[in-house]
Amino acid sequence: MTTAVSDKTISRLNQRKKPSSLLRYRQRWGWVFISPWIIGFILFYFLPMLASFGFSLVSFNLATPDQIDFIGSDNWRRALIQDPEVLASFGKTFKFSIISLPAGMIFSLFLALLLNSKFVHGKILMRTLFYAPMMIPGVAATLIWSGVLNEQTGWVNVLLQNIFGIQAVGTEGIRWLQNPRLIYYTYTLMGFWGIGNAMVIMLAGLQNVPTELYEAAEIDGAGYFQRLFRITLPLISPVIFYNLIIGIIGLMQYFLVPYVLNGGDGSPQGATRFIAVWFYKQSFTFFNMGYGATIAWLIFIVGIILTIVLFGSARYWVYYAGSEE
Amino acid sequence: MKRPTTHQRQLWMSKRVREGINSVLLTGLTLLVLAVFLMPLLYGVVTALKTDNQITTLGAPWWPATARTFTYEGQTYDIFRVVECDADDNPIPWGRDAENLTVPDCFWGGHTYDWALVVRQREHAEFLDPEEPEAGLIRWEGRWRTLERDWMFDAQWGNFLKAWNTIKFPRLLTNTLIYALVTTVGVVGSSSLVAYGFARFPIPRKNLLFMIVMATIILPGAVTLIPTYAVFNRIGWVGTWLPLMVPAFFANGYNIFLLRQFFMSIPREIEEAATIDGAGPLRIFTSIILPQSMPALMAASMFHFFFAWNHFFEPLVYLAGNPNKFPITVGLTAFNNLYSQQTNLIQAASLISAVLPLLVFMAAQRVFLQGIVFTGVDK
Repeated sequence: MTTAVSDKTISRLNQRKKPSSLLRYRQRWGWVFISPWIIGFILFYFLPMLASFGFSLVSFNLATPDQIDFIGSDNWRRALIQDPEVLASFGKTFKFSIISLPAGMIFSLFLALLLNSKFVHGKILMRTLFYAPMMIPGVAATLIWSGVLNEQTGWVNVLLQNIFGIQAVGTEGIRWLQNPRLIYYTYTLMGFWGIGNAMVIMLAGLQNVPTELYEAAEIDGAGYFQRLFRITLPLISPVIFYNLIIGIIGLMQYFLVPYVLNGGDGSPQGATRFIAVWFYKQSFTFFNMGYGATIAWLIFIVGIILTIVLFGSARYWVYYAGSEE
Repeated sequence: MKRPTTHQRQLWMSKRVREGINSVLLTGLTLLVLAVFLMPLLYGVVTALKTDNQITTLGAPWWPATARTFTYEGQTYDIFRVVECDADDNPIPWGRDAENLTVPDCFWGGHTYDWALVVRQREHAEFLDPEEPEAGLIRWEGRWRTLERDWMFDAQWGNFLKAWNTIKFPRLLTNTLIYALVTTVGVVGSSSLVAYGFARFPIPRKNLLFMIVMATIILPGAVTLIPTYAVFNRIGWVGTWLPLMVPAFFANGYNIFLLRQFFMSIPREIEEAATIDGAGPLRIFTSIILPQSMPALMAASMFHFFFAWNHFFEPLVYLAGNPNKFPITVGLTAFNNLYSQQTNLIQAASLISAVLPLLVFMAAQRVFLQGIVFTGVDK
């Protein structure tokens, strides 16, 4: 904090009179230190973003790289009006998000609450084991899950059938990966192997909740769920907010699982043609670079809108201990 | 010392008992969730150890096993479990099949025999008893197809070797290691420079610049990918590792943030003393700041190393059609497309790719988990 204040004072002085030679020296070194990022930002973020917008105004296919035609807003009109796939794939992404974001959030909170409970033994080891699947490369995890959810030989169906007596095995059974009405739940299930980070962050949030609050609430006769909803959740809302942002950004780029399982063909029945999958198809299968850039910009715009909406909503439900309100 | 009254002691006991029950229930619940959560991993290991034959055979056990055979006079015969009741006029229990009896179904008692099937007919079969093959063929009335094989535990450790060789693992591993190590050095090196700049120097519009740094973290990669790809394609870098490695040397937002947080927690006094002694900023950075920041540098390096180890999208895009340059993730996907029917090899290859990250994580989990908390909560 002291840094920010002193820097601010220095730069205010800077505006009034001629900067001292020491300040100029420090400033120069500052620029030197951050120069890798400045160069990288210009080369790999700023110029490509501008160029990406430029690409969205032309027709450019990598198969015929010399032929670049300016077509104005045609790509945008195509994406928003003519090509039903774009809006549909945004819709599929949202549909999947609405299932998988809350499910992942609740599951990671559930695990964090268990691992924070004084009644659970061996917490350190169990925390490590719950986190461990996160270290398995996504491709490998997806392949393991696609095996365990196989309708004929996967253990999930075999166990459901043998222990609970549900007709699960076979084409008449539970087709986790082939049933378009199940597929978002299947992907959500697979996503549970990636909640390690959210769980650890929530656990740290829970450990930061002052114990006096619980003691006071207990004296006032508050039950477990009252304490959970009135104390714990409000106090860890910043952590939930952070995980929500990370989750939404991740879902806008959700690509690996559908690509590994079906090569991006959207099966079953197009249900997994999410927006990132359609972007990849257009750009790197059909090499429609101009149209791909348009879809990328749409992803960017939708991402910004969602982030702004979330940040705007934050003041109604995110609690910051340091704030005045 | 005051002794507790009976009433108090009862309360105390009941509280202890209640807490004991809670402990058992909640620890049990956590263990149950953990078991379900890790079950796919066990499935992967068990499946990787099975033969192709076992995976496709109905009624095979869940554990890795092979059906026993018997070799006699140069011929190999399959061994089946045959139940024979001791008495011939055995009443068949209601609802059971005469051919599918189990020992308890035999009214007068019965035995299970492991016999080698020699003659296969529709309605009868002839067996050899492996214990005394000289005794000749035993005729058995019934459909042999309804009989169960005699399975015995037999783990196909060779599947791992087969997967290792088929997928050309040494090459994938080398590629991934080189890629992960080079980019880790690049990212952590450059990010620590930038983070130090943001932590200590009076740069004009620093807050705005830092907000841009943070914004790049949540920027969808797609929006910069196409022009970057087009440029790299024009200068002939597509199909090489350069598009994946070069940008790593220009820092990235996540690591800048992590390291800046750490640098800001280091007291300034030592640096001020060093400045008075005539040390320049670069000298201070390399000989005071970096040595003090080893935990943060370790955490950042590990995060990036495994990010690179798991990285999929950009390698897929930039290395398409160059199998010799594939990292593990892309190689595994290609392998899955070619051998999707061989579940055991797919599972073996997936597990091999997960071994190193899992081992390193188990060994260094403290650094790891603290690093995550550091970036996630202290915002």
